[in-house]
Parts: sequence; structure tokens; C-alpha cells
Amino acid sequence: MLGDGILKGLAETAKNFAGSFVSKERLTTVEYPEERLPLPEAARNFPFLVYDGDDWEKGLRCVACQICEKECPPKCIYIEKSKDKKPDYVGKPQIYPTKFDIDISVCMSCQICVEVCPFEAIKMNTEFELATDDRFGGLLLDREALARSNEYYHEIHPTEATEVDARLAEEKVKVEAKAKAAADAVAAKAAAAPAKPADLVDPKPATSEKAAESSKAPIAATTPAAPKPVSGTGTDGPAPITPKDTKNAEISAKRNEGEPKA
Amino acid sequence: MIERLDQIFVLLKHWLLGYLPESWQVPVGVLISVACIVGLYPALFAVTTVLERKGVGRIQNRIGPNRVGPYGILQPMADGIKSLTKEDIVPTSADAVVHFLAPIILVVTVFMGFAVLPMGRNMVLVDMDAGLLFYFAMGASTELSVFMAGWSSRNKYSLLGAMRAVAQMISYEVALLLSSVVVVMMTGSLSLVKIVEAQNHYSYGLPHWFIFTPWGCAAFIMYAIAGTAETNRSPFDLPEGESELVAGYHTEYSGFKFALFFLGEYVAMFSISGLGATLFLGGWMAPFAWLQVIPSWIWFFGKLFVSMCVFIWLRGTLPRLRQDQLMNFAWKFVLPMCLLNLFVAGLWRFMGEGWLRWVVCSAILILAYISIGREGMRRKKFGPRSYRYAE
Repeated sequence: MLGDGILKGLAETAKNFAGSFVSKERLTTVEYPEERLPLPEAARNFPFLVYDGDDWEKGLRCVACQICEKECPPKCIYIEKSKDKKPDYVGKPQIYPTKFDIDISVCMSCQICVEVCPFEAIKMNTEFELATDDRFGGLLLDREALARSNEYYHEIHPTEATEVDARLAEEKVKVEAKAKAAADAVAAKAAAAPAKPADLVDPKPATSEKAAESSKAPIAATTPAAPKPVSGTGTDGPAPITPKDTKNAEISAKRNEGEPKA
Repeated sequence: MIERLDQIFVLLKHWLLGYLPESWQVPVGVLISVACIVGLYPALFAVTTVLERKGVGRIQNRIGPNRVGPYGILQPMADGIKSLTKEDIVPTSADAVVHFLAPIILVVTVFMGFAVLPMGRNMVLVDMDAGLLFYFAMGASTELSVFMAGWSSRNKYSLLGAMRAVAQMISYEVALLLSSVVVVMMTGSLSLVKIVEAQNHYSYGLPHWFIFTPWGCAAFIMYAIAGTAETNRSPFDLPEGESELVAGYHTEYSGFKFALFFLGEYVAMFSISGLGATLFLGGWMAPFAWLQVIPSWIWFFGKLFVSMCVFIWLRGTLPRLRQDQLMNFAWKFVLPMCLLNLFVAGLWRFMGEGWLRWVVCSAILILAYISIGREGMRRKKFGPRSYRYAE
């Protein structure tokens, strides 16, 4: 009959009206500033710089290699290299960025900087409440504003951070083993020819080998050493990373995750 | 005491007028009443907007506005301040004078309708003999302002919206008038005060409202449909269908002029609801004899409130009609039913007292409703489409 559909509809909306007062699960609204939904793990918006330890300035993983600066499609990163070398968190002298600025009004959140970084130093953040009344200064984030601890990284992207830590630890173990083997060889040589004046030159092969191995990275000699909170092996030694391996591993890891890529 | 409370506004006005010289009393009295009407209904409009937003929100399982003030009750103030401080833009190619006049004429004509509505016992601004006629004259001139707005904006969406509005309002005005004529036939008066008085008696504690008769019930349903269409409310809000026409005839209005259109629309809803209550629901009368202790004006505004809730409920439920559905519904269903209802009302009048007229009148109306409805709902069989191309 004409009109029964209207009555049915009116009954339905009346049910909704009354039900929304009775049962909370009917209301889908999340009242944002007070309540918030947990962000999905794949969430990302702007990059941040990872540091190890407690002091952000000392522990910054970034070695100012400027790959991200060159790769950044909208050119929102600006890096100034230091003239001197500063001991990093483990005491290894290396170049560090005296200036690392990201203009988040330019950044397009493509994550290319993260993908090209050989040192796991730059990652995507999930903070989104970045509104400011200063459209120039407020949106230009400097080193200090960008620095976040590794613990924070674990908090926002636990799976990814664990993988990164495992990879770094693996690299370190490999390098340490190599260094140890080299040292053993040197020691054996030294033991075989104890009275030779070549003693002074002995440690060289090891370092030159290392340099050759990691020569693809611009500043590979000063590779960062990353103490790992999750899989840390205790001993802190130089852990140079072969950039290509790291990158490929990271990319393949991400493919496996099925993460969207820029 | 009850008498006093019932007449409190009337007594208050007389007390105020007592301080004035004799010759001033009539004009000042009218001014006071006008000021009350012009002040009261915008206030009700403010309350209704927040009620509507919260109500429709709940119907859609949302919370609705709750940020401004406790539970969002100060939302209309924020809206008002916003629309007052917004820039008033007049398109360069618009007809500036007509563009300026349209919202004013809309609001003025809408408010004029309240002049003849009795809002309580002895609470009517002008007890006009041809009150209903005056009301419809004023209601019809809102079409003029709508068309002025659409035409003067020089915007195709505005013009389309205005043309839709005029087509719709004229179609449904016929139904609105014909459904009200039944009441005039029965009471023999066009005065709204007399119409309320004609319903003002009780038997067994129950009121003799016109809605409780077969012809009155049918006329009320037709009146409600036509009234909804007349005020451009959903599901008849084609003139301002935002999905196809931006905002229809008030697309080119911003700031306070837009607020005036918004106000005009809601005040027209109050006015149509008030007239509907007066014609069919006994105006300011209490629904039961023992409830007469509650002042009459509370009953009038209570009925107004209930009908606003129904408006909101309908808006939250029904999707917008298509233009051809709208016209078909007006001319093929509402109008025949209204015409039939005129006949039924005459039958009721001349069949005399008794149960027979109840049975006969109800049977005629229900049969007509079912058969016209079935005819209208019958699915048309369409053959395969054939295209004719211009040669």
C-alpha cells in the first residue's frame, strides 16, 4: 500500500534515534581531541631522525651523507656537514650534520629519504598535530625538532623497528667477526715473525679492507655504531654497514610487508 | 489563578498600556504584539536549528554538535555570529536592488502570516474575518521572493532552483488551499479564532478536533504533505537540493542575507505548523478536558514543537524526490484526494448525526486512498529503448 514504506522508514529512524541514546556502540563518532583511535602501524606523515641513547645530539645516527637531500623529490631537506668529526655514541669519530632542516610544508611524505638512507637514520613519524600559526618558522623543523629516540621508533612502528635493529646487529656481528679475523691474522703473522719491524704497519690491512668494503657510501669510513636496545650484543664496536645490502634488505623487507611505496 | 496564568501575556500588555494616554493605546499595543512575535520566533528558530542538528544526528547514529556550550546548546549563537560577521557578497552582474530585497520580502511575508494566528486564548494580533485568506495571500507571496532571489542572482543554479521552487510551491499551494477549505466548509468562517472556537468543546473529556473526523484526518494528512512541500522541507527540498543545485535560489547569498533566508524557511515552518494546529488540532486547546488547567499558549507552542519534531523526523528519514515524482504526486495523488475530500466533507455535513456517516465517509476515503495509491505505485512496463536522432 502507498505509504507503508514511509512508515517503515520512520520506524527505522526512530529506532536509531532512541538506540543512539541507549547503546554506545551505535555511535561511530570518535570525539577526536579527547578520544583518539590508535594509529595503524603503517601510518606515516613526515620524517624524523633516529638517535640512540639518551642524548639526542650525541646519539644521532645521521652522518650527513646527504643522500636523502639529493634524493628528496620536492627538495625539502637541507643538510650542512660538520667540518670536524665528533665522537658518536660509541666514541667513533665521524662527520655529523650541523644543520638538518626539513620543511614540512614542502615535504610530500613520499618516504624516499627513508628508503635511500643507508644508516637507518631517518624514519617516518606519525605525529600529525603540527598546525602552527607561524607558516615559515613553525613548519621548518630543525635537528632538535626532528630527533626522536629509538625507543620512540619502537613505539610507533614496532615491527619495522625490530627488523631494523636485527639488521644492524647482524651487520655488526659480521663486521666484528671480520675485524676479529683480521686481527687474528695480524696477531698470527706477528707471532710468526715476532722481531720484524713491519709490526708498526700491521693493523693497516684490516682498516684498508674495511674502507674498501664500504667505499660505496661517501663517508663510509665513519660508519655509525648502533647499540641496540632490543637485540644489543653488549659490546660496542665499529659496525660499518654496506649501504647496498642494507638498502636492498630494507626494500625487500618492506615489499614483504606489502607497505605502500612512494 | 489558572485564569490569570492563561491570560498572563494579555494582562501584562494591558497593564503596560495602562500607563499610556488613551489615543496611544491601540498603536502601541499592536507594536508590542508585533515585537513579541518578531522576537519570539527567531528565538524559537535558534532552538530549532540546534534541535534539528542534534535530532538528525541521532537519527543517523551521530552525536551532533556538542562543542559550543554545554551539550552544544550555544551553537546557534556561534552560527549567528558567524553569519553576521561574514562578508556580504553581491555578484557583479546581479540585479543589486532585487537581490537585496528578496530576503527581506521573504522574511516580512512569512512574519505577516502570524498576524492572524491565535497563539492562545485572546492571543491574536488581528482577529480578521478573512484570516485564512490573508494567511494564504501572505504565504503565496513567499514564492515571489524566492523567484526574485533566483532571478536577480544571475546564476544558473539559482535560476533553476527558483524555477523548481515556483513550480513546486504553486502545485502544492492548490493542495494546501483545498485541504484547508474543508475546515472552512464545516465551520462556516474564515476567521482562525472562530475555527478554534468551533473545535473548543469536549465530550467524555475528549476534544472535538477536526483531525478526529474522517474528512479532517484526510485533510490533515494532505495539509501536512502540502505544507512540507510549501516550506521546501525535505523530502520536497528540490529547490535547494545541494547535490544538484549547490543551494538553489540562495546560492549567491552570503552572510546575513543567507541567514535571513534560513530564518525565513524555519519561520515559515513554524507558521505552517501553527496554521495546521489551528485548523485541525484545535489550536490552543488542551487535548483532554482535565488538562485545561495548563495555559492555552503552552498547548499552542507544544503542538508547534511536536510538529517541528515531525518535520525533523521526516527530514532524517526520507530521501529527496525527483522533479517528475514531485509533480506526479501533487497532481495525481494529493489533488484528487483533496477534491474527493471536499465531497466527503459535504456528505458528512448532510448525513446528520450517527455512526453511518463515520462508516460511509471513512470507507470512501480509504478506498480512494488505496486505489489511487495502487494506481500510482503500479510499475510501468517499459519496452526496449528506442533512440531518435536529429536528422
